[in-house]
Amino acid sequence: MRRLVLVALLLVSACRLTSAEVTVSSPAECAGQRADGLTPGKVLVGGVYPLSGPASAYAAVAQGVSAYFAWANARGGVAGRQVEFLVRDDGYQPARAVEEARRLVDSDRVFALFQTLGTPSTAAVRAYANQRGVPQLFVASGASEWGDAAYPWTIGFQPTYAAEARVYARHLLETRPHATVAVLYQNDDFGHELLTAFEEAVAGTGVQVVARRSYEVMDADVQAQMASLAESKAGVFLNVGTPKFAAQALAADAAMTTWNPLHLLNGVANTPSLIAALGPSALRGVLTTGFYKDPVTWETDPAVRTFADAVRRHVPGADPSSSQVMFGWTSAAAFAAALERMECPSREGLMAAARDLRDVEIGTLLPGITVSTGPGDPYPVEDLRVFRFGDSGWEAV
Amino acid sequence: MSAGVSTGHDPGTGHRRPAVGQYAGDRRRAWPYPRWSLGVAVAGAVSVPFLVPPYPLHQVTLVLVYVVALLGLDLVAGHGGLISLGHGAFFGVGAYAAAILLSSGVPYPVTLPVAGLVAYGLGHAFGRPAVRLSGVYLAVVTFAVAVAVPPLIRRLAPGGAMGLPVRTPAAPSLTGLADDQWVYLLVLAVAAAAFTLMRSVVRSSWGRALVALRGDAGAAEILGMRPAAIRAHAFACSALYAGLAGCLFTWTTGFVAAESFTVTLSITLLAGIVIGGLGTVSGAVIGAVVVTFLPAPGLVSGLALILVLAVAPSGVTGLARRAPAFLRKDRR
Repeated sequence: MRRLVLVALLLVSACRLTSAEVTVSSPAECAGQRADGLTPGKVLVGGVYPLSGPASAYAAVAQGVSAYFAWANARGGVAGRQVEFLVRDDGYQPARAVEEARRLVDSDRVFALFQTLGTPSTAAVRAYANQRGVPQLFVASGASEWGDAAYPWTIGFQPTYAAEARVYARHLLETRPHATVAVLYQNDDFGHELLTAFEEAVAGTGVQVVARRSYEVMDADVQAQMASLAESKAGVFLNVGTPKFAAQALAADAAMTTWNPLHLLNGVANTPSLIAALGPSALRGVLTTGFYKDPVTWETDPAVRTFADAVRRHVPGADPSSSQVMFGWTSAAAFAAALERMECPSREGLMAAARDLRDVEIGTLLPGITVSTGPGDPYPVEDLRVFRFGDSGWEAV
Repeated sequence: MSAGVSTGHDPGTGHRRPAVGQYAGDRRRAWPYPRWSLGVAVAGAVSVPFLVPPYPLHQVTLVLVYVVALLGLDLVAGHGGLISLGHGAFFGVGAYAAAILLSSGVPYPVTLPVAGLVAYGLGHAFGRPAVRLSGVYLAVVTFAVAVAVPPLIRRLAPGGAMGLPVRTPAAPSLTGLADDQWVYLLVLAVAAAAFTLMRSVVRSSWGRALVALRGDAGAAEILGMRPAAIRAHAFACSALYAGLAGCLFTWTTGFVAAESFTVTLSITLLAGIVIGGLGTVSGAVIGAVVVTFLPAPGLVSGLALILVLAVAPSGVTGLARRAPAFLRKDRR
């Protein structure tokens, strides 16, 4: 009798009325792989972005992604599949990002997570995505850890913060070999990685970090940090903040007449809202780095024109001159490239394709920069160029 | 049981029981419905993981997690008549204790008692001096704890502002269950045990002393009860429950971060138990549903709170308990 109960229990426990996962049966080499959310005519994709909260300026990235998928769908889809893109809001809070990712995967049953934004949210979702075996593709964060082989389901996109820091170091060593540097950084992995890589790159050279101050994402402003950094009288100021705080630091720098350092603005802070809020006069002479075409500077470029037309048509609320929208568009194009190159129509197939992109050219990347991954190279984009803010926009240096 | 027995009922305290002895006082039943309905509830609870898709199951699991926290909070707020605004912090401390242990490779069953004990210790440390003060002062002291804990986590805990992802308990392969089903059953078991334990605590002489203190501290003291000691003990036990719930939260979500345990959580928990119904176990269950599904603090959730309290000033449980009598009146 007891054995019978046990058998009954096992039978009951093995079944679950509603959660049969879709698996691939043919071709033979793909058999058993999982393909929830993927049919020959449609692919369901989910993204988690800070649509509200302190980093809501990045919501424009989601608009760029939506614009790309809408544009691709109007042209017959990606490899014949219409892309349905679900956007969720995490308010830049990692705990909410995990909740939303769980909802996308378990409830909406998306095929893949295309983009989580920000290092904290991405790191939080990564554990879940890898436990569930769901692709977390081309995340919008430049932390080096997305190349970690321990998390095979997660892959980054943009150049790492460490690579960006080395570009600044190289530029300073060429132009100001004896500079003193003051650093403002966000007290999380993003800030730490950029600062650490910068310090390592200038170690043993004439360039010296003479002051560093951190802030928390929850802080109200960075006035106190800026006042303290100004006392260092450093010749260069490295601004490692997310847009809101970077803008405060830029405003504080512009307001201080006694301290006029060369201002290096990290790439993630370079948002249109920041430029609009501060105005060109506060930005003149500021340096930054980039890897995709700025929609204003490259206005006449055919790929940028396609982009601007598509954004105007499909996402009327978005600003086609926004570099964040352009970032979303460019990364979505890389996602489409991975979808097209899937050999098995499955989650496994998508990851394999994303990890084997050979010099894929995307029109909106800067000339000479390609998306490239392979065995031992989990970083899709690795090149950066330096830009200076001229009278009205970014100019190549 | 006839309705006439419940004479000592003071309308001012809603449906909460006045101070009772073993024989005197409010003898109304906590569950005025047939006994088999409890059996149905239990069968339903056990079959949930086999009927419900993964995401709703996750939410039901979270409800059970908050049930444990609210059972603890109810000891202080419902039975003790004290206001704690710090239970979100104890919840967070328990969650982080479990997460830190899990990430250093400790097997998950160990994390539950440790998380509870850490919260219990903290509850004693803060409760002992605070409960000597009257109710409002306890609220302020616990509020301070709730405000201080998230920044401390950001500065000191591993993961810092980034939060800490951990592995969740894996189902033993023998059972053939999916991990989330296993976690649900674990949480259900802990919640059931917490439920049973709380019932016996509340019915013990010590639990009744706590209720007597709420009714009239002066009279209770003359009868030989020691207000400070009893309340401090209740507060620490309540923190223990919050810590256990925090550990279950970590098991369920697999991720902890400071912003999950802000003062908002403390206030939401308190609002949940008031809406559910103070001083009853079913109030904790209803309150947990409220805590899980209440939208983020804002206009809608604020108005919803006001509406519920206007319709059911003694909580949803009070409403449900009055329903049978109300129906009988109708039949006449």
